[in-house]
Amino acid sequence: MDSFSVLDLLDLDLKEHNALNLKCIGGRPGLVRTIREPEINRPGLTLSGFFDEFAHERIQLFGRGEIAYINKLEQKDNLETIEKMFSYRIPCCVFANSYTPGEKTMKIAENAECPILQTDLPSGEFALRLMRALNDIFAPKEVVHGVLVEVFGIGVLIRGSSGVGKSETALELIERGHRLISDDSVELKRMNGNLLIGASQNQSLGHHMEIRGLGIINVSHLFGVGAIRDKKQVQLLVELEEWDAEKVYDRLGSGDTNKEMLGVKIPALIIPVKPGRNIPIIIETAAMNERLKKMGYFSARDFNQNVLKWLESENARNLYFNDTDTF
Amino acid sequence: MTSKTVTIKNRAGIHARPAALIVNTANQYESEIFLEKDTMRINSKSIMGIITLGASYKSSISIMAEGPDENDAVEAIAKLFENRFEEE
Repeated sequence: MDSFSVLDLLDLDLKEHNALNLKCIGGRPGLVRTIREPEINRPGLTLSGFFDEFAHERIQLFGRGEIAYINKLEQKDNLETIEKMFSYRIPCCVFANSYTPGEKTMKIAENAECPILQTDLPSGEFALRLMRALNDIFAPKEVVHGVLVEVFGIGVLIRGSSGVGKSETALELIERGHRLISDDSVELKRMNGNLLIGASQNQSLGHHMEIRGLGIINVSHLFGVGAIRDKKQVQLLVELEEWDAEKVYDRLGSGDTNKEMLGVKIPALIIPVKPGRNIPIIIETAAMNERLKKMGYFSARDFNQNVLKWLESENARNLYFNDTDTF
Repeated sequence: MTSKTVTIKNRAGIHARPAALIVNTANQYESEIFLEKDTMRINSKSIMGIITLGASYKSSISIMAEGPDENDAVEAIAKLFENRFEEE
């Protein structure tokens, strides 16, 4: 996100339990002000005249308490602190509970060109929703080349050099009833510090794919809405690469091969591609194996434990029989 | 045809990790390589095959190879056994 202005905040398209229900009731010239910090400040202390460490870079949220205090100040015609507060460059002020501040305060805000927004939500609920929305907007982002599909509920990011067959693999997976999130470029976002969420870079372009020889196809029209998804957590990374006879590929799958993306560790697999290898089925199996691991069953490790147990009993038996031989 | 008999020196025997090591080494050679324990004879390029040998501590195994680079192949695999598969 290069710069996020108050106008962008008003324009956010959030639905139902996420809606902010904001509208601008004053200070329109200030709508271009940028919001730099994804934080909220309740300016109670500020209104009472304490300006040390005033977090003026943050969105100022006025709840019932602050509103009552402003009313008191207006009644007493004691507007000094309000004027001083608006002398700071505040990105915007939000009044909860559909409250409109008094004329005097509005005038000060107009003069300072500070946008005054209003919401019908209570301040607590608004703060929660705003933090959720701002966290989403200010999350670290990265755009990667690849295809993101959901396979058996696992978000699989397929990467690999161009022409290796990413889109064709994804198409086969969609045909088998899995879902496409994004083809070609995937926007990754780190949420809550450790969740990697992938979505299409441009939501408005919809779910299209480019298949060599076919051109551009619309997946939601061809396969139905069941074949698409807007966003999904990336839980498995699959790198497709041309089969290299010299290279040693993982044969056991017992080691943890993680790859870091945006500081989040994601299990990663390297799958060599060559004619005759059915990549979609391999990816389906990898996704199911990943689910098993999440449930606590690690196929490769468990198998090895069984082998070790068996070898040990074999060993003990040999020892026993050899000993009796010598008697 | 070259062959060599080796004894398993690592306590755990041939489990999944050593088996993968053997397979990866064997894959570097063109020759057909076999492992034989008692009466069981398997291709050393198959992981599951090697594991099902059930080669435990102190059991003896013969490595056999046939092909253009058979001597090197047998030596390389024998060396893995010698090094206890980098265990213990």
